[in-house]
Amino acid sequence: MESTIVKSVNYNAYFGDNHVVKDVNIEIPRNTTIAVMGPSGCGKTTFLRGINRMHELIPGATAKGQILLNGEDVMEMHPIFVRLKIGMVFQRPNPFPNLSIYDNVIAGYKLNGIKLPKAERDNIVQHSLTRVALWNEVKDSLTKKGSFLSGGQQQRLCIARAVAMEPEVLLFDEPTSALDPISTSTVEELFHELKKNYTLIIVTHNMQQAARVSDRTAFFYMGELVEFDDTKTMFTNPKDIRTQNYITGRFS
Amino acid sequence: MSVAIKYRIGKSTAFKTLVIVLSLACVVPLLFILVYILQAGITKINWNFLTNLPKPVGESGGGIANALVGTMIIVGTASIIAIPFGILCGIYLSENKNSKLAYWSRLCIDILQGIPSIVIGIVAYFWLVKPLNSFSSLSGSMALAIMMLPIVVRSTEETLLLLPDSLREAAYALGMPFHRVILKVIVPCGISGIMSGVMLSVARITGETAPLLFTAFGNPYLTTDITKPMQSLPLLIFNYATSPYNDWHDLAWGASCILLIWVLLLNIFTKLITRKWKVQL
Repeated sequence: MESTIVKSVNYNAYFGDNHVVKDVNIEIPRNTTIAVMGPSGCGKTTFLRGINRMHELIPGATAKGQILLNGEDVMEMHPIFVRLKIGMVFQRPNPFPNLSIYDNVIAGYKLNGIKLPKAERDNIVQHSLTRVALWNEVKDSLTKKGSFLSGGQQQRLCIARAVAMEPEVLLFDEPTSALDPISTSTVEELFHELKKNYTLIIVTHNMQQAARVSDRTAFFYMGELVEFDDTKTMFTNPKDIRTQNYITGRFS
Repeated sequence: MSVAIKYRIGKSTAFKTLVIVLSLACVVPLLFILVYILQAGITKINWNFLTNLPKPVGESGGGIANALVGTMIIVGTASIIAIPFGILCGIYLSENKNSKLAYWSRLCIDILQGIPSIVIGIVAYFWLVKPLNSFSSLSGSMALAIMMLPIVVRSTEETLLLLPDSLREAAYALGMPFHRVILKVIVPCGISGIMSGVMLSVARITGETAPLLFTAFGNPYLTTDITKPMQSLPLLIFNYATSPYNDWHDLAWGASCILLIWVLLLNIFTKLITRKWKVQL
């Protein structure tokens, strides 16, 4: 198996005339955790949303360049197909409020009209919820609505929803910024588990989090990818002066 | 306490009292109408009233069965025409807020809402009644459907606009195609608002008289043929209340009472549905 799973080649993203992501070239190896950090408005979230083509859903948003998933350009694929292979978790937990916890986990199948036998559905639900360490908490209330859970539980439910689709890559857009510290550490522990089966790309503006959870870190500044290196190297021996300044807290 | 403070507290109390009194004043007309019509109409309503046809002048008794059936058919047909169009248009407007087409259709819908009902009646007369050479309940339904449309469109649009974008994103990120995002996520989450708009529009058109005057026209007999003239409650009230006969006045009071109860029930039902189907976001 090829070791690079996601690769971007001269990727540019725009909102109207606003050039938000500039010529990003990055190669992301399989089964690693990548942290994408940078100050607000540096284009890190836009880049992340470009990978599964969520970027283009915003009116006026356009993109140029290539994003390769296993060597195939996602810009040439149908977005629906791309999003089945690349799961996403958002900043705020967004379980479907009209569905039960059970149905939320298999929402990707149920709402896409994919019919599965009951046994298999049960299996997927239990498996996915176990993976996100939520099974023991909710196994007796699977029929309750997803919005009945706490914020941290809802976020783990959203991760389970993405995991249930067995994607190759999981994108996280500041997944803990709306959570309390305890829920945050639970989610961070999950990353270590999930890494075994998936490639994780996590956008965060929390440097400590990047240092704690990731194998490699990408630093974005003003729409450019400034530096991409092993997390340890990045935090101990950054090459670029801008990275240095950011890590030492001279700007944020 | 200083005089200045007392003066200010006094002003505040006076203002509060004014607000309460004026709010109560708004309720009085409704209560007055309710009591008056119930008093005059409720005694006229009985089984025969609901199941019999009107008797000719001079014979007492008789009922409004033809108008009840007619109203149900006319309003039902209008709903079948208007609701799908209205909901789909509302979905389009909420999903494409800034497109040119959305701008123009929103403008048209707003203007449509302001067109007097009698004008819509005339249009239906020239479009349907004249070419087909006959008054028909179908032409009346068309006129009422046009009146329903803006209410359904705007309530659907406004309901769906209130749903957070994160909901759409969650659905799209799971690889759902547009139609499934709309049908399986957006509409189910907004169903209570959409339904309340639909029910209120039904309540609104049930009492419309002007568009029916020269479309459905009225009919003293019971008919279920939508290509023929048909009686309806507002038409019956209009014709019988302006007649010189006391028996017919009674029928008109009874029919008014039925219409009023129907509108009240629809409104209460809407409230219940909105509460029951409300999706907690």
